[in-house]
Parts: sequence; structure tokens; C-alpha cells
Amino acid sequence: MDKYIWLIPVLPLAGFIINGIGRNTLSKGVIGFIGSLMVMVSFAISVGLFFEVKSAGHGFDVKLFDWFAAGSVHVSFAFLVDQLSSIMLLIITGVGFLIHVYSAGYMHDDAGFGKFFAYLNLFIFFMLLLVMGSNYLVMFIGWEGVGLCSYLLIGFWYTNPDYADAAKKAFVMNRIGDLGFILGIFLLIIFFGSTAFADIFPKAANKEFAGVPFTLITILLFVGAVGKSAQLPLFTWLPDAMAGPTPVSALIHAATMVTAGVYMIARSNILFTLAPVTMHIVAVIGLTTAVIAALIALTQTDIKKVLAYSTVSQLGYMFLGLGVGAYTGAFFHVLTHAFFKALLFLGAGSVIHAVSGEQDMRNMGGLKGKLKITFITMLIGTLAISGIPPFAGFFSKDEILAHTFMHSTPMYIIGVVTAMFTAFYMFRMLYLTFYGKFRGTHEQEHHLHESPASMTIPLAVLAVLSIAAGFIGVPEVLGGHHALGQFLAPVFAKSAPLLVAPELSKATEITLMCVSVGAALIAILYAYVKYVKNSHVPVRDGEERPALIDISYHKFYIDELYDAIIRKPLDALSDFFYKVVDRMGIDGIVNGLGKGTMETSKGLRLLQTGNVGFYIFMMVIGIISILMYILTKA
Amino acid sequence: METLTKTIHGIPLNHYIMLCAIIFSIGVIGVLIRRNAIVIFMSVELMLNSVNLLLTAFSVYRGDATGQVFVFFIMALAAAEVAVGLAIIVMIYRNTNSIDINVLNRLKW
Repeated sequence: MDKYIWLIPVLPLAGFIINGIGRNTLSKGVIGFIGSLMVMVSFAISVGLFFEVKSAGHGFDVKLFDWFAAGSVHVSFAFLVDQLSSIMLLIITGVGFLIHVYSAGYMHDDAGFGKFFAYLNLFIFFMLLLVMGSNYLVMFIGWEGVGLCSYLLIGFWYTNPDYADAAKKAFVMNRIGDLGFILGIFLLIIFFGSTAFADIFPKAANKEFAGVPFTLITILLFVGAVGKSAQLPLFTWLPDAMAGPTPVSALIHAATMVTAGVYMIARSNILFTLAPVTMHIVAVIGLTTAVIAALIALTQTDIKKVLAYSTVSQLGYMFLGLGVGAYTGAFFHVLTHAFFKALLFLGAGSVIHAVSGEQDMRNMGGLKGKLKITFITMLIGTLAISGIPPFAGFFSKDEILAHTFMHSTPMYIIGVVTAMFTAFYMFRMLYLTFYGKFRGTHEQEHHLHESPASMTIPLAVLAVLSIAAGFIGVPEVLGGHHALGQFLAPVFAKSAPLLVAPELSKATEITLMCVSVGAALIAILYAYVKYVKNSHVPVRDGEERPALIDISYHKFYIDELYDAIIRKPLDALSDFFYKVVDRMGIDGIVNGLGKGTMETSKGLRLLQTGNVGFYIFMMVIGIISILMYILTKA
Repeated sequence: METLTKTIHGIPLNHYIMLCAIIFSIGVIGVLIRRNAIVIFMSVELMLNSVNLLLTAFSVYRGDATGQVFVFFIMALAAAEVAVGLAIIVMIYRNTNSIDINVLNRLKW
């Protein structure tokens, strides 16, 4: 099977090339079919590989060719499929396939249908490179590639300047993170003389050196993860990225690309484990992001913005998990989150599709009866993200929270409060959208319809996965074996002995679960009373809001803050460089040289009298002076 | 041959140098002060030939044939130069009806 590893990324690339070339000539049916088929075949190969890895108990490191060698550093283009990446492959190709099918329905009336599928396939290709790379540089190609695809797809409707700006914002913010990542890779080359995982991790585990280099490397890698995974302070691009078509938000900005940071840290777990300072920073940043994003999500009225902030918040949870050493838990959450968040986004897309492109929840409501499948699947997704057992989100979130409790109690409390917020805003979204009376225009009401099968089937599949995925990681306390944890154990084997944490008693663990479930239930009840019983609707723009809600609605003014402390000074600086340095300095020198030459030649040309005798005389003078010079020198 | 060399040796080298310097100076002065293009041309030839004479003199005194070979080259070159130069002067005359170089004052700013 490992002979066919190269096919996994190459197939979507082929899809990109075919769809890219034939985007205007092939029919929509053919384009959708090719795009989906390529990803499906990749998925089939990934399934085969997964079982192979499972039975073999180790990963496959397949070297395709030598990429380059510089000095003592040899970089080969090689793929590593082990426990961690085989699961990522399943998520990317599996969820990716469902979203391709969904897009065939969702984007059916869009003029850029072919372009859209070409970009989606290209994204899948780069994402696969990212997770399959067996060294940091191949990973970096994928890392940059998904950033590019994200940019292309956010700005897919680029004729709208706001959307184009959102794309640029995402690209620039990702660049900041990528700079950290590549500096981290350089440091790895300096200290380890290699970029391959197989060289670096054993050396690191032997603690050939420790302390500051590790802290520095891991912080730089973490900066990369912060950019890609939208953590504080670089998270503002993700909510804006909702400008892209909804399947893009589901695939790139919820299920796969934004979890690349988590994957990268889980992959480099030994480096992070040996750098406790960084671990602490990761945990704190993750937790802060989780809280702040959840607080913002509480009052958003755009259905996709709610989901975007919830994604940021859930990513914060994952980083919290990584930071407290719950690598398996964090990765478990990546897995479950991929399912339920893709489900929620696709559900939101179905809702938006039904109400003729409306995204404001204040103009929705009462869709329960009209969009039955969408409603049921979104209810499942909402329950899963809220952490209600036995849905998937419960198990993964609980594992992270349990580890957080062992790490520090205050962090645990904040985590539970955030979970409570999560349950509240998610049910708020559900109630505002599906309950009550329809608040949109008559025309929209007239058009209400359930989405076509190509959109509802992926929803149903993801809903089943959102229920089932949790059972692969049932903790022992509930009579499970944590199959995922056992499967992933070899990947985290080197870190495990360094992360000995106090064991939780069964009673404590059960109590913790009850606390988080209870908190979520209270939040849901409150949301029910507020939005269903009292049919509260968020006020329109321009009306008075209570101060705290206003701050949350305006996203803590973080965009405005960045504007004031970064953009404005930068603008002023570039203005200075433009007007003073460039126009006066550099242009001054260039123009001055030109003017000087003109003026001098104006004077000197008078020497050209036209008198041949004078020329000859000057020539003789010249020869004599040269002679004199040579003679006196000798 | 022997007698020729002896004859040349009969006159001290200094005299050759003086003679050449005088001829060369006459050439330079001719170029500088005359206005007739043909006379200027002749003066240039004078300078060339004074150098040739000096080269042969040195060549004989040193017993080294290189200088004389060099002179042959200069003569061939001078012949070519005369062909081109005279052609130019003929063209100037046809255009301006004069070979006075002071008439040729259009080559200026």
C-alpha cells in the first residue's frame, strides 16, 4: 500500500489541473464529478493506509526523491504516514470529499464553478502535503500552499472589495505567523542539522541540549501555529475569512487548515514537552483565545460570524490541550471538531441557501418546519459542540478539561465557563435561526426550501460522524478503552514519560464531567428561556445596547485597536518614507545627478568651438601633457 | 652593407636625435599654424617620417632589426592613411570649394 502513498496528494493535484484548464469548457457536472472523484479516491487510499498503519503499528516513511542539499543539510521530498498523519489524511480527504459533494449543490448557480473546484482540489493537495511531509520543509510547502488557497477562496467573489480585503487580511496575518515558522525551521537546521522528523525528534529526546534553544525554537514554531490557527493576537483574520463561500469556511476555516497549527505542535510534541516555558505560553494563549472568542460570539448576529468565533474558541481549546500536555485530547478535539464544525458550517450554508443569501440571524427564525434535515443535523452539531454526552464534542472537550484540571484549577474554571458560553451562543444561534416566527421579507419566506440532496447527504453523514466520532475516545472511567489514545500512543511515546501528571481519582473525573455537562445544560436552558420563551431578538444596528453587549458586539474593538497601534503608525511611517525619503531623498539624488550633468555640460560644450585648428592645438597640448606626466613619473 | 653601416655609424647618434626632433617640431608647428588642409597633412607625414628616421637610426646603432621592421609597418599604415585622408580632403573641397580649415567650423555646439 505504501507504494501508492504518492497518489494521495497527486490525485487532487491532477483534479486541480484538469478543472483549472477546463474550467470554462467542461460542463458543471463533469467538473463536480472530477473534483469529487479525485478526493474520493484519495480517501479510499487513505483508508487502506490507515488500516495498514493500524496493523503494522508503525508509520511509513516514503522517500520520493532528493529535493536539495546545501552544505551538510540534505532535504529529501519524503512522506511520512504514521498514526497521526493517517488520521489527518482521513479527516482531510473524508470531510473534503463530503464538502466537494456539498459544493456541487451549493455553488451550482455560480459563474466561477470550475474555478472553485480547481481551488478546492489545489487546497486538498497542499493540505495533504502539509500533513504528509516527513520533514519541516515539505510541511512548509503545504503550509504556504494552504495559505495561498485560503487567500484565493476567501476572495473568491473578489469583485466585492470587502471580500478582497478580507482575503488580503488573512494572507498578511498568515505571513506574520509563517515568518515565525520558517525562522523556527532555520533554528532547527542550525541546532539539529536537519529538517527531517526522523532526525530531529530522537536527538531532542536524548536531550543533546536543552533549555533556551528549545524554548526559542518552540516559540517560533508556535508563532507559526498562532497565525495559521487563528489564535490571539492573530485571530482577527478568521472571522473576516467568512467572506468566502460557505463550503470554504467549512473545509478550510473550520475542519482542516486552521487545525494545521495543532497538527504541527502535536507532531513536534517532544520539542514542546522539553520546553515547559513554551507549553505554558501555549496553554495561556489557547485559554485566552477560547474565552475572548467565546465572549465575542455571544452577541454576533451573522450566523457565519458566530460559527467563526466559535471555531476560534474551539481552536483555543485545542491549544489549551496542547499546552497542558493533553496531546491526544487536543488531537481528539481536532478530529471531532472537524466533523461537527464542518456540519455546522454546511448547515449554516444550507440555511443561507434557503433564505436567499441572508446571513443575519435577526432576519431568520422559524425555519424548523421548512428545513427539517438541516435543522436536525444542525441540532446534532450544536449538541456536539456544546459538550452534551454522548455526542462527539463531549469526550474530546472533557479530556482537555480533565488535563487542564490536573494542570491548574483556575484554568479549569475558565475552561468550564467558556464551555458554558459555547453552549449558550450555539443554542442562541439555533433558536434564533430555527425557532419562533420568520422575520425576513415575504419574498424570502416564499422562497424557503430544503436544500438539494447533494447538500443534505453530506450533512447527514457528518451528523452521524458527530455522534459516532466520540466513541473512539471513551475514557476508561466510562468503561471505554480510549482506542484513539492507544492508537496514537507511539506518536507521543517520547513525550509521555516527561508529562507525568497526578492521576485523577474516578470520583473526581466523574465530578468534572458532571460539572461541565451541568454548566452546558444551564447555559442551554438560559438560552431557551431567553430566545424561545421570551422570543428575544438582538437589537438592530443603530439602536442602544447595554455597554457590555456593545463591547462584545464590536469584537472588543480589537480590529480598531490593531488599526490604531499598527496600521496607523505604519501608514504614517510609509507616508514619511514616501514623501521624505523617497521623493526628497532618493528622487532628489537621482534628479540632482541628472540636473548636475545637464548644467555642467551646458558650460563645457562651449569648448567645442568648431575651429579645427583649435582642436588640433588642444590635442597637441594633451599629448604633451601626457608625455610630461610619463616622463616626470619615470 | 658593411660600408653603409659604417657610414651611418660615422655620424654620432645625438645628431640623428637632434635632426629628428627638429623635423618633428617642424611638423607640429606646421600642423598648428597652417590653414591649408593639404599642408597640415604634409606636416603630419613629416612627423611620422621623423619618427621613422629615428627608429632606423636606433635600430642600426643597436644592431637590432626590429626597429626597421616597425618602420615598414608605419610606412604601410601611412600609405593607407594618405589614401583616406586625401579622399576626405577632396570631398571637403567639392563641398566647400576650399581647403581652408577655418571654413570647417560647423562641428560645434
